[in-house]
Amino acid sequence: MKGVFVETLLQLAEQDPQLIVLTADLGYGMFEPFVERFPRQYLNVGVAEQNMMGVAAGLALDGRTVFTYSIANFPTLRCLEQIRNDVCYHGANVKVVAIGAGFSYGALGFSHHATEDLGILRSLPEMTVLSPGDDWEAGACTKAAAEHAGPCYLRLDKGSVAGVRQSDEPFAIGRARRLREGSDATLVATGSILPVALDAAERLARGGIECRVLSMPTIKPLDVDALADAAQDTGGIFTVEEHTIDGGLGGAVAENLLERGAAPRVFHRFGLRGGFATLVGSQAYLRKAYQLDAESIAQEVPARLAPRRPRLSIAA
Amino acid sequence: MNTTTNPVHDLREFAREIRLQVLRMVNRGGSSHVGSALSIVDILAVLYGRVLHIDPTQPRMPERDRFFLSKGHAGAAVYATLALRGFFPLEKLAGHGQDGADLSGHISHKGIPGVELSTGSLGHALPVACGMAYGARLDGRGHRHVVLLSDGECDEGSNWEAALFAAHHQLANVVAIVDYNKLQSLGSVNDTLRLEPFADKWRSFGWLVREVDGHDHDLLKQALTTPADEADKPLVVLAHTVKGKGVSYMENSVAWHYRTPRGEDFDRAIAELEQAA
Repeated sequence: MKGVFVETLLQLAEQDPQLIVLTADLGYGMFEPFVERFPRQYLNVGVAEQNMMGVAAGLALDGRTVFTYSIANFPTLRCLEQIRNDVCYHGANVKVVAIGAGFSYGALGFSHHATEDLGILRSLPEMTVLSPGDDWEAGACTKAAAEHAGPCYLRLDKGSVAGVRQSDEPFAIGRARRLREGSDATLVATGSILPVALDAAERLARGGIECRVLSMPTIKPLDVDALADAAQDTGGIFTVEEHTIDGGLGGAVAENLLERGAAPRVFHRFGLRGGFATLVGSQAYLRKAYQLDAESIAQEVPARLAPRRPRLSIAA
Repeated sequence: MNTTTNPVHDLREFAREIRLQVLRMVNRGGSSHVGSALSIVDILAVLYGRVLHIDPTQPRMPERDRFFLSKGHAGAAVYATLALRGFFPLEKLAGHGQDGADLSGHISHKGIPGVELSTGSLGHALPVACGMAYGARLDGRGHRHVVLLSDGECDEGSNWEAALFAAHHQLANVVAIVDYNKLQSLGSVNDTLRLEPFADKWRSFGWLVREVDGHDHDLLKQALTTPADEADKPLVVLAHTVKGKGVSYMENSVAWHYRTPRGEDFDRAIAELEQAA
């Protein structure tokens, strides 16, 4: 998603001379075309994320659109309080961009696994949280973030994720994309694990289970209408995210559906359970190791959908 | 950097009034940090009375100088200064720390004309000021960005990240003032986390350093307004101050970082300040 992000940024910078990109000394081989064309709209602040976020807030409070860039947890958790106090409390027009969603940098170890960011960032007031599932969504999210007045978090995969649907369909913050039809269950995915959810749906279809697949490029605000429809129309909701099961997509879906009074018949969160990922390896390897691959999902869904035993009544 | 409208004729009187308002606010609000607020009153009096280019009738005037209170816990002193200067009615100060009010113990910008930035967690304002200063220079705007820090706050690494940034980018439109009263939350700076040689630290980071008595209005004004020989450096003014300045029993006392003046304590503080006229 790096490529499409930078390409989109180039277009945006051309349209808006008040747009500026800050990096905390990361993005090797990535920003050169940008720097060449827009030297006044780019600044490497050095390896200093807290200062980067404060500088971003300062630039934004005087009228600029600011993109801050780094990888994994550095642009988010390292400077979380600057994001909360300086950016969100002041409604500063800062777009926090992290490349390396989930296990994008799987082989680099736990420090580079961005697996709690969605839950943490979405709890911040004023923050819009964008988590595109393919390159098309990544481009659309980048553009939407620039056009949205106020703080945004943009979580991008390091790698390219082929467009699940190349089209001129409109994109809007807060809207789910329905990518597959089915009534036995709904798989709701966010981030670059989206193709895995689609693959799992194909596998399930071969076994006679037809799934609706929703892509959720926006985690906040959440498209509760699309989720409530899915809860009503299909046999259950399964969330899929390369993130801890706590507080991310699964948490957001559960909270919102329960509060809406639209609890699904079956609900399960596919995500990381049981602590930090201590293994290293490629993104594909780690997904398999932590049962976030299409095969594992396709095995688990039917078991969860099987009619549940009637609830035991407890004798008084 | 002349003020657009300047009703402050007597800086000593202005400072005394700020102190009186601070004491009443802290007393009513049952809040703390009175020592930290009194420590910076003379700095604020000079800034808002003589140095900052501001207009209380146009708090968002684009060409205004930007002031940031990084030591947000001393917000009462800034609120009092702004009210006395005419940014908002003095009566608003009565709400400080009260249920449902917007004048919080740590400075907030929401609903309060003249406050640029809400702080309260330390080490936040210098980076923000640097960002604003960088942007102002890109746009060719000439106003200054003045940040008031506490000494204890200089323990925060984010300040030193910003110090590197300001010097590297030659942000001569940034002025940091350190309220160097030598006391922090639980004890003396020297016993807690030594800053000395403090001036050398800033100098080695690439800043122009001036040291003054932080209660001497003439020297403060001079330090903040004399053009620099080295025009490409950010300026830091190390203002040697006395925590709790102006109330004898609060001076140089760690206890008054937290205590609220009540009863006899309060009456005595008010009496001392009224006699100082």
